[in-house]
Amino acid sequence: MLAYVAKRVLYMIPTLFGMSLIAFMIIQLPPGDYLTSLLSTMADGGQNLDEATIARLRAQYGLDQPVYVQYFVWISGILTRGDFGYSFEWNQPVSTLIWDRMGSTLLISLASLLLVWAISLPIGIYSAVKRHSFGDHAFTLLGFIGLAVPNFIMALTLMYASYRFLGQSVGGIFSPDFVDAPWSLAKLTDLLSHMWIPVIVIAMSGTAAMIRILRANLSDELSKPYVITARAKGLPERKVILKYPVRIALNPFVSSIGWVLPDLVSGVTITAIVLNLPTAGPLLLRALVGQDMYLAGSFILLMGVLTLVGMLISDILLAVLDPRIRFN
Amino acid sequence: MKPETLLSVRNLSIDFRLRTHVLHAVRDVSFDLNRGKTLALVGESGSGKSVTARALMRIIDKPGRMTDGQILLDGPNGQVDVATFAEGSREVLAMRGGRIGLIFQEPMSSLSPVHTIESQIVEAVRLHRRVSKKEARARCIELLRQVEIPEPELMARRYPFEFSGGMRQRAMIAMALACDPEVLIADEPTTALDVTTQAEILDLIKRLQDERGMAMLLITHDMGIVAEVADEVAVMRFGKIVERGPVDDIFHASQHPYTRQLLDATVKLEGAAAVRALPTSLSPSVEPLLSLRNLTKIYGAPSRLFSRTSGRGLVAVDDASLDLYPGENLGIVGESGSGKTTLGRMILRIVEPTSGTIAYHPQTDADPIDVTALGKTDLRRYHQDVRLIFQDPFASLNPRMTVKQIIGDPLVISGNMSGKAVEARVAELLSKVGLDPLVMERYPHAFSGGQRQRIGIARALALNPKVIVADEATSALDVSIRSQILDLLIDIQKQLQLSFIFISHDISVVRYFCDRVAVMHRGKIVEVGDAAIICTRPSQPYTKRLISSVPNPDPRNKRMLHRLRADQA
Repeated sequence: MLAYVAKRVLYMIPTLFGMSLIAFMIIQLPPGDYLTSLLSTMADGGQNLDEATIARLRAQYGLDQPVYVQYFVWISGILTRGDFGYSFEWNQPVSTLIWDRMGSTLLISLASLLLVWAISLPIGIYSAVKRHSFGDHAFTLLGFIGLAVPNFIMALTLMYASYRFLGQSVGGIFSPDFVDAPWSLAKLTDLLSHMWIPVIVIAMSGTAAMIRILRANLSDELSKPYVITARAKGLPERKVILKYPVRIALNPFVSSIGWVLPDLVSGVTITAIVLNLPTAGPLLLRALVGQDMYLAGSFILLMGVLTLVGMLISDILLAVLDPRIRFN
Repeated sequence: MKPETLLSVRNLSIDFRLRTHVLHAVRDVSFDLNRGKTLALVGESGSGKSVTARALMRIIDKPGRMTDGQILLDGPNGQVDVATFAEGSREVLAMRGGRIGLIFQEPMSSLSPVHTIESQIVEAVRLHRRVSKKEARARCIELLRQVEIPEPELMARRYPFEFSGGMRQRAMIAMALACDPEVLIADEPTTALDVTTQAEILDLIKRLQDERGMAMLLITHDMGIVAEVADEVAVMRFGKIVERGPVDDIFHASQHPYTRQLLDATVKLEGAAAVRALPTSLSPSVEPLLSLRNLTKIYGAPSRLFSRTSGRGLVAVDDASLDLYPGENLGIVGESGSGKTTLGRMILRIVEPTSGTIAYHPQTDADPIDVTALGKTDLRRYHQDVRLIFQDPFASLNPRMTVKQIIGDPLVISGNMSGKAVEARVAELLSKVGLDPLVMERYPHAFSGGQRQRIGIARALALNPKVIVADEATSALDVSIRSQILDLLIDIQKQLQLSFIFISHDISVVRYFCDRVAVMHRGKIVEVGDAAIICTRPSQPYTKRLISSVPNPDPRNKRMLHRLRADQA
């Protein structure tokens, strides 16, 4: 088991290196650089800079260097000093910008993952065991609605409801009074009262998908011979199902840890913008549009790292859950 | 003195309410199980025998429902009718495992893969006995010892996938017997096992039955096994018992035509096919069509970075040399894990040989082709000549393709046919394998196992091959269908001048179909020779042991119980 984990961690190193390269390349792909986009913004505002100033700025930002030198400067900074570079647009080191966003991103992901599990596990089991019953059809209908409704519509609806009927301030994850306040019980309550909207919105489609997956997997498992074996022992039906087929059908649940993070960054950016969430998605979008290369690159890299870590955790859990994986 | 009859079934009927109609899976079935005796319930797949057996434990899959009948189980307080117990009631749960034990076919999937053997047996013990965990564990180890699992303390903590098929079936038996049931239902307990393992498991069941005086309901489609172990036989067809009687009467004085049909199909496979013409090519003057020389396959050679198993890896095929002559049927027999499938795949180069050569000699006046050195395009041409038929007729046909697409696929891929020509060729092939050409627009699910295997054969024939490698091509079929398919292959062979490499663990099928047989054991070819001689007068000890383990379909001449064991041979 330890060897398995060590092996998986070792395999992560080349993957990470490849990811950092690709992250950097993608940022360089669009024509021009940060200065070009800055100049065009200034030109729109009627300002113009002379050639010498532009060249001086370009040298100052290191943008006149070849790409591989820029990559090397960036990656060696990260590895040796934990320095992710400087955001041109925000005039701040990337690391100070990034950690806040990463924290809230992680918090919302975890909360919605837990919600997904809590809802889809019982419903999935019910749907598989009582296949084609009224309840199953009802949940199937709800599930498809959940899959079909765009997240941002759901977000707008919930925001409206929460403002209209509960009188809460909506948007963000804190009320304006608490944004800069130190942590306290009141701040935590405030956080929870804001969190439920994004968590529900983000969990919705995931829950619907997970119910379908669990229902399909469990339906397959229910007709396996070992279930009959368990029944033939004289085990009560409820225990038969929970102890044997459900245990095996759980694998996709664990695997979902791996894909929930990338999904949150790429899939629900619109929701995050609508809800004004301080997560990574909106900031990454802005950095990409503005060609704020170090900020964007660091975000992509960190997201990659988190995804890899998520995959690692889910693989380890899978190995714990299923001895067949452990022994291969 | 207890009454002899322990469990009697009276007028049992089970219906399946399907979307379009009601299927009467079991109709008015009656039989008795006596203490210490074995009743064999015989029939082909779909005859309702498994449904009947599981109904005794009140395990009926939805949408099945027991509509009529009594299941009278004799107990300390007189007879009780199991059929009247409420679904999921305490009485039903106490009876399952406590008084009636069940073992069944798939040893690979009938135990939970994620729980240890011990935890599964301990659970069974503690469901019916008020004992501590420690006592239950001791009982588990004792049971494993009774079913002859070596080092039971160690093996108990293993997972089922660490056991071989035979060992899993032993563990399954131990679990079924955990609470000393009085009735044992054995549903095709050895169908998925090799002949030698089958003989050992049947021995074991028989011994445990005698020790405990259990009544046994044995479900099988193999008349050989019936003759070897049953006291009484009930023959089932379309949900009804068509004939019932002592085993000797059934085999030697059967009344019902269906019983005779089953027996004939079995006995027919006891000899060589009458219609087989002796191949003209066995004279030494003819060049072999395929020559394998020193073929070896080693899996998991120690090149991987993190491989813990330093060493030689697993030798699947060890230095195998064989010749296949034109027009010949060459059988390869052996137990599972003997390397016969790997050998077959290496001939097609689906599996790359680790070393050795394969020479293919399609024309007598040309030089032989070195198959092991072929590039991609040449290999594709070779694959048009040498084709494969698979074992599982259900998994080997793509369920989303029509029969026309399935059979026509090789024609389209080879690139020299399209549109109407493909359709005409598919129609021709379908009638060649005995199917109506009109079925070509249908999907595989509309066909029975035997019909699907015919489709698979038609696909193999599509490109006019010279050699067909048939890997367990009849293993998944019922006996009567099996001989039909073999006759079809022989018929096609006569028309098309084919050579077959026929891989099977079933000796009777090989004896029926093949001219020469190669016997494989632990990756090595131990004996090659004329099929009739190998099957009647084998010379190698391993072959002797293998042949003597094959059940004989004659209750007056039980061969298996007098077989040669590993320690004697």
